[in-house]
Amino acid sequence: MNLTNEEYGKYVKRHALPSPVVKDTVKAFVIGGTICAFGQALQYLYVAVGMDKEIAPVMVSVTLILISVVMTGLGLYDSVARHAGAGTLVPITGFANAVVSPAIDNKAEGLVLGIGVKLFSVAGPVILFGTLSSVVYGIYYYVMKLMGV
Amino acid sequence: MAGVIKFGNKPEILASSAVGGDTEAKGNLGKYFDMTDPTDRFGKKTFEQAESEMQRLALNFALKKSGLTPDDLDAVFAGDLMNQCTGSSYGLAEFGVPFFGLYGACSTAAEGLMLAAMTVNCGYFERAASVSSSHNSAAERQFRFPLGYGCQRPPTSQWTATASGAFILGLCSGETGVVLSEALPGKIVDKGITDQSNMGAAMAPAAASTIHRYFSESGMHPDDFDLILTGDLGQEGHSICRELLLSQGLRMGENFSDCGILLYDSEVQDLHCGGSGCGCSASVTAGYVMKKFAEGKIKNILLIGTGALMSPSSVLQGLAVSGIAHLVRFSKI
Amino acid sequence: MIIGILKAFAVGGLLCAVAQVIIDKTKLTPARILVSYVCAGVFLTALGLYRPLVEFAGAGATVPLTGFGYSLAKGTAKAIDQYGAFGIISGGLAGTAAGITAAVVLGFTSALVFPSRPKFKNFISESKKTK
Repeated sequence: MNLTNEEYGKYVKRHALPSPVVKDTVKAFVIGGTICAFGQALQYLYVAVGMDKEIAPVMVSVTLILISVVMTGLGLYDSVARHAGAGTLVPITGFANAVVSPAIDNKAEGLVLGIGVKLFSVAGPVILFGTLSSVVYGIYYYVMKLMGV
Repeated sequence: MAGVIKFGNKPEILASSAVGGDTEAKGNLGKYFDMTDPTDRFGKKTFEQAESEMQRLALNFALKKSGLTPDDLDAVFAGDLMNQCTGSSYGLAEFGVPFFGLYGACSTAAEGLMLAAMTVNCGYFERAASVSSSHNSAAERQFRFPLGYGCQRPPTSQWTATASGAFILGLCSGETGVVLSEALPGKIVDKGITDQSNMGAAMAPAAASTIHRYFSESGMHPDDFDLILTGDLGQEGHSICRELLLSQGLRMGENFSDCGILLYDSEVQDLHCGGSGCGCSASVTAGYVMKKFAEGKIKNILLIGTGALMSPSSVLQGLAVSGIAHLVRFSKI
Repeated sequence: MIIGILKAFAVGGLLCAVAQVIIDKTKLTPARILVSYVCAGVFLTALGLYRPLVEFAGAGATVPLTGFGYSLAKGTAKAIDQYGAFGIISGGLAGTAAGITAAVVLGFTSALVFPSRPKFKNFISESKKTK
């Protein structure tokens, strides 16, 4: 009990069951890879049926978003994600899940302050910081262009 | 400081009851619940309302068992995990019993028992109830992530129990023969743990401190008890607590266990370190422990209700999670 | 075509695996991972590294959230080429408009349709119970 906070923190870190990094990573790789491979197959399909080559990847994302939204609604996404970890977080499906899940959760709080506000609770920061960095990049790109680089 | 409180007038547990959700029904102690609901909703629209309903049901079951009516109760001490203690206030309003709302995080069951026993022992109240609850879906939403959000839970994490436990205390009449004989209120212990997914480690020092104080002041020995139960340290926190006590020369035996570990089937249910939440220690004590008393299997136990004191904002602001541990002793007379 | 799908699998899987190692090692919350990945996508595009990756792996690079960052940056560059400085504020969201609109609209709709469920309980386990 005479441990200082720092000593106790170190002791707890040593004591804690470690996350099974190798197992987690393999699962994330396989499941995340499968989602992307499925996306690629869809993209070939969309192009094959005559979709524009620029539009096809965007429609792939939209399709994956749709699948993720339905799976989240049926309560399946979190059951897969508890195994897949980053494998279902990093693909665009993870973003869609982050949009839908708080919205469903908070519908009892109303359309505007429940669904409307919470829809952006995880997705908001993603859009905010994404837009911010795109503006920073835009300024850089514009200046470089003016200088003729 | 007052130290260990001895209840000379023998406040007795006249009746107790436990209500739980689906995960609890499938756990090790499923059969000790008075009622479980496979949907976790208890007929309500939201999980917050379901938590209130669990408290209402639990107190109702306890009243029925003791043959009392709400009018026979002089006060109820109740708490839960939701913001501003609404689980208790909405759940217990209709009884019309004078109400004390408590917040001791997951230690609330022990805190409520202790306060109810104090008031009964001193004669302020003839009978008082203690009710506490937690609901996994309500707590996840408030403290962690949305329910359908895909996230991986680290191995040290615990599972907030969907459960409620109620006790009715009165001066000893030999109803169950189980009295609260001693209590030791806990101090807030901050050991600088900021990891929200390792609550066991945040609470273990508080538990160790209260247990150590109890044994050094009371002159008792761990082997004098049939069971020494910490509230919801989980496997991680419980084993830390055991090591902390050993380092202070207190060797805990096989009778040292934890409500969070007992509640679930760790091999099948994959809930990592075990249960947590106000409802965990409340339902395990009100259901399982009281049943074992009734069967005559145990005569003397300690419950050390453990709580992690924090809020979603305090965690985001990077403040450490401090722990608290309240001790109560149950004895069969 | 098979090669293309395999490439998408390998690159997409790798991007996820990196995030998993970061989560396990640093306890970084999932929301922070998402934000970092989007910003990393913009940054890597600025350095000229992400475009070749998209050309190589296709959906393996556009489906992970770094691809969202890539679309933001690509949209910005395109709008600047077209409209000059105005593109700095108009391009990013234009490049990702379809994804954001789909997520928001579908998210809202499904919130109206689906009930909220306890964690790790899905409609299959629920329908089993009612039998």
